[in-house]
Amino acid sequence: MVLSPAAHAGPLDDAVDGLAASSEDAIIVNVGRLAALDDPRAIPALSALCDDRLRAGTDGHAYIFDNKTRDVKHPITGAVIGSPPRPLKEVETSNDIRRVALPVLAQLQLASPNAAVRLAAAEELSKTGSAEAATLLHRALSREQNVGVRDVLSEAVARVDLASSSRDARLAALAIVEKTASDAFLSELQRMTAKGPNGTAVETDPQVYAAAMSALSAVKSRQRLIAFGGSLIHGLSLASVLLFVALGLAITFGLLGVINMAHGEMLMLGAYSTYTVQTLFHNYLPGAQQFYLLAAIPVAFLATGGVGVVMERSVIRHLYGRPLETLLATWGISLLLIQTIRLIFGAQNVSVANPDWLAGGTQIAQGLVLPWSRIAVVGFVILVAAGVWFILQRTRLGLQVRAVTQNRGMAATLGVPTRRVDALVFGLGSGIAGLGGVALSQLGNVGPEMGQSYIIDAFMVVVLGGVGRLAGAVAAALGLGVINKLIEPAAGAVLGKIVVLVFIILFIQRRPQGLFAQRGRVEA
Amino acid sequence: MRKHLVGLFMAGGALALSACQKPEEAKPGAAATPAPAAAPADDKGPIKVGILHSLSGTMAISETSLKDVALMTIEEINEKGGLLGRKLEPVVVDPASDWPLFAQKARDLIQKDKVAVTFGCWTSVSRKSVLPVYEELNGLLFYPVQYEGEESSWNVFYTGAAPNQQAIPAVEYLMGKKGGSAKRWVLLGSDYVYPRTTNKILRYFLHEKGVADEDIMEKYTPFGHSDYQTIVADIKKFATGKRTAVVSTINGDSNVPFYKELANQGLKATDIPVVAFSVGEEELRGIDTKPLVGHLAAWNYFMSMDTPENKAFIDKWNAYVKKNNLPGGDKRVTNDPMEATYVGIHMWAQAVMQAKTTNVDAVRQAVGFQHVKSPSGFDMQMDAKNHHLWKPVVIGEVKGDGQFRVVWKTEGPIRAQAWSPFIPDSAKKVADWTYPWACGNCTAPKYGAAGVVAAAQ
Repeated sequence: MVLSPAAHAGPLDDAVDGLAASSEDAIIVNVGRLAALDDPRAIPALSALCDDRLRAGTDGHAYIFDNKTRDVKHPITGAVIGSPPRPLKEVETSNDIRRVALPVLAQLQLASPNAAVRLAAAEELSKTGSAEAATLLHRALSREQNVGVRDVLSEAVARVDLASSSRDARLAALAIVEKTASDAFLSELQRMTAKGPNGTAVETDPQVYAAAMSALSAVKSRQRLIAFGGSLIHGLSLASVLLFVALGLAITFGLLGVINMAHGEMLMLGAYSTYTVQTLFHNYLPGAQQFYLLAAIPVAFLATGGVGVVMERSVIRHLYGRPLETLLATWGISLLLIQTIRLIFGAQNVSVANPDWLAGGTQIAQGLVLPWSRIAVVGFVILVAAGVWFILQRTRLGLQVRAVTQNRGMAATLGVPTRRVDALVFGLGSGIAGLGGVALSQLGNVGPEMGQSYIIDAFMVVVLGGVGRLAGAVAAALGLGVINKLIEPAAGAVLGKIVVLVFIILFIQRRPQGLFAQRGRVEA
Repeated sequence: MRKHLVGLFMAGGALALSACQKPEEAKPGAAATPAPAAAPADDKGPIKVGILHSLSGTMAISETSLKDVALMTIEEINEKGGLLGRKLEPVVVDPASDWPLFAQKARDLIQKDKVAVTFGCWTSVSRKSVLPVYEELNGLLFYPVQYEGEESSWNVFYTGAAPNQQAIPAVEYLMGKKGGSAKRWVLLGSDYVYPRTTNKILRYFLHEKGVADEDIMEKYTPFGHSDYQTIVADIKKFATGKRTAVVSTINGDSNVPFYKELANQGLKATDIPVVAFSVGEEELRGIDTKPLVGHLAAWNYFMSMDTPENKAFIDKWNAYVKKNNLPGGDKRVTNDPMEATYVGIHMWAQAVMQAKTTNVDAVRQAVGFQHVKSPSGFDMQMDAKNHHLWKPVVIGEVKGDGQFRVVWKTEGPIRAQAWSPFIPDSAKKVADWTYPWACGNCTAPKYGAAGVVAAAQ
């Protein structure tokens, strides 16, 4: 591409300045002019327009505002302007303008030296697929060397060629479509294979029609596969949340037989500990703001573990063997904790921001994006579950815990300090719930009542999985999470929960001890 | 014995503590007692004004600001000398996003506190819960939030938008070229009366515009729901092929995880625009809005509207926030229901001055003719016939700073249609509390023949 001499780039300057016009229609006309000029020097200005960074000076020219350095720059050369003609008015964009500007931006970016930029541009153009894009895309494809970009460009070209008048072009396009089976082609394929009122298809050539039908079924089956995979992955994410919530409860319920209605509030305390750590970092360590989450983990564990130990020592230990009184007492403690948090932090939700490295997501397949925060939670719960397994199976404390669970009297005679084990286990269970609160603070809202919405789920998992068994809690959480997410697309969120509950009730009828029963003689 | 005592003590202590509330709130009301009709308001002493908004629970994110702006407006009126030589005294209660508790608190406000008027409610289910109380005890309620219509009560004045002042224009905008020429629609809402009724109206409207049922997807989530992964993935799948728009009637703090999920999954407004009816500047305050730029909301007022009245309103609000050290500080914003609360309180105040009494029946007659210059710059009038406010419609796109950019608005305020003309049953109903109809939901006037009297709508 030959660039016009910089000294007299008249039409480009005018069109770029026109991007700062006051009327939307004028802006759109100038975007069209830039598309016709096909000059990549317009890229910064167009990109600034789409990002709300374009400014209109009082002299009628356009300027680009740099958010980071707070400089005002020339729209084409990028040179910093020392004294711009203030006041600078922000150029108002809307979806309408962006819908026109983004494809033009992509068109100009097709000639960029950077492969990643070319890739993004090709993807954008394959979405819009206009007739003007066709010639552009063909030209770009013939010049493209990078394999990854070639693939995306072929897809984009195929999309446009599906509407071509040449039979061979359509066949070639359909071959690409069937190979990639991308659902971006769905509407075009449906249009081609749709039957008109007299029964004949829009696509008249029988060979092309057959290829289109086969491509359509390939696209649909890939869509179904991805939807199923997506449900499994979303189910895994939900299962990780359920496991956090239920793990601590499974241990305390298993060991002590204590129905702890305040367990949800341990989650809430963990989330509020995270909020407090975030505030402290914001006030005293603003530079390390992104790492507050790592500091919050031990803080939440120790804080909630401490609350758990205090609860056990002061209230619960006096009520062993009396399930109704424990229920009432722990419910009272849960109200107390909720109200205390309300008095300290206020009754409304507090906002816990995701650190930058957890924001956004990664695209695993077309249409399936997995947020980083959820991947992190799954990883975190695996670590915690492994840690708990290690404690229970490989440490002295774990040995004592297992002994007391199986036969308290015998363990006591053998010199195991049962009372201390009780307190520590309660602390451990609450601490795990606190870690769950840290995870939940990244996924949902943090408010004083957040624990109440999870306590039911916690008990469902524990009842289904069998008390006292780590494996039971894991299996039940996985099962419930996946079933819930598989049903949800068909039945909706509300019905999905109902079905899961009914399933658990029926399961417990057949197998009251849950998935994994406790081994050994259990005390009555 | 000791074990019993410990358990009972803990339970008792917990119950006592849970009854404690923050100092500024009123003491909790006693259980509802069967009541005679409310005693006539006394003529001396301060005029009591009830404020019935959730200050905790899932709706606190939206309703707390309404309580704050109501207190600010009452203070403003008191500084000018109050009404009829008497100061206004706000009575704030917290129904905690618990719908039956709304009814109980409303009853206490009218019977025990003897308020002259109540400003309150957000969700339609809370309004439906208190409606029988206001009608039974002849109280007066000003309801400031957009809703689904299909109602017009003798005892309620609606300062929020009816569907023809919000939902229908928003869908028409998205159908048009500027809105993206949407052909497929996802109707997503919280599971209660407002989203269900609004979506019913929208479905009839879309049918009339030629949209087939297979191009409409309806989904509901319970209050407080926070896992939108599957739903957003479904929206993306539904949108492959035809231009799709999402109409969101999600209410409360579920909006925060919903918008976060939209951002995480990369749902861009230029591809699949989401227009929300219950999300304003306040709900966006806790979210990073940079990935959400371009998504829309339809209201009758935005904080970004550039009028001298709005500047004065925002300045007053900022000063109030600073003086009272409200949480959030200089990040606090104004939004449509706050503006509707402000307008509603001034309308009621004007009516009281005109009627020269706080008596509900007299004030009700006077409210119907009031005009108030709203911060949006428009002159808003109350419609005496259907008890709804004339409101302009404004559609805005989210900006990176959490404010809205106005992309479309009506020339001036338009009249509310309390009964939707799109639903066959309600198309015949008329809400007209003036003579000769004198009813909120009838098909024939009470006093006179329908043929003689031209339809009020």
